[in-house]
Amino acid sequence: MTHLDGNALAGVLAEVFAVDLTDARARCTGCGNVGRLAEAMLYTGAPGLVARCAGCDQVLATVVDSGDRLWLSLTGLSAIELRR
Amino acid sequence: MSFITRGFSGHRREPDPQLPPGQTLVHDWPVLSAGPTPRVDTATWELVIRDETGADHRWDWDGLLALGVEDVTVDIHCVTHWSKLGMEWRGVSVDKLFEDVESEHEFVMAHSYGGDTTNVPLEDLLDGKAWIAVEADGEPLTPEHGGPARLLVPHLYFWKSAKWVRGLVMMPDDEPGFWEQNGYHLHGDPWREERYW
Repeated sequence: MTHLDGNALAGVLAEVFAVDLTDARARCTGCGNVGRLAEAMLYTGAPGLVARCAGCDQVLATVVDSGDRLWLSLTGLSAIELRR
Repeated sequence: MSFITRGFSGHRREPDPQLPPGQTLVHDWPVLSAGPTPRVDTATWELVIRDETGADHRWDWDGLLALGVEDVTVDIHCVTHWSKLGMEWRGVSVDKLFEDVESEHEFVMAHSYGGDTTNVPLEDLLDGKAWIAVEADGEPLTPEHGGPARLLVPHLYFWKSAKWVRGLVMMPDDEPGFWEQNGYHLHGDPWREERYW
């Protein structure tokens, strides 16, 4: 199954957050790898978007969009670093 | 009033009684996947049912097939709005697997090779309603479609038909699986349009 990189999350995350989260670094709860969300592997051929860690494949984030509602999960990230 | 032709009435169509609400008929078979495709050799494949005592009931590939593979023709309905009608499958009835399993628990978490999970009430898996499918459209299930074996629960949205199934764990309560934690409905009946929370 092919995937995109995490940059493709920029649009949907811009709906929720005031800053570009794909440029932020975040820590994977699976392997502890710290990397930019843009470097994640983004699987779009699913009932939602699934961002996986480039280091260990663990699910970092999901987005489910029903049209009038959007569910965002970031359970695979222990922290997100936002630079001022 | 059948002698009155409908004329050029645009693209409106009568609802197809075989299609649940909000579904569109497709003739191909779209591949949906939330991660890398697991490649599981039938030589090492196994299926485990774990009951509340922690006891494991295991089947290897030959053991599964020895339970009896039956032909199943069913419609499938994906929550992403496509349906495929009259699809020919072959698989082992989940009833056969549970013949030797004693459990008081009424819910099941299906686990897949690759780590995916989905929850299903036991009553939705028994009485001829679900199979461990090994063939579709006359061919062994490809890895992209969940082979070597996937759960087939055609009366629920197709994400419940867990690809690459490897285990069924009995649960006392209905806990959400992967997509059910992230926005999708706990049950997923397409005729009730149980798509989201």
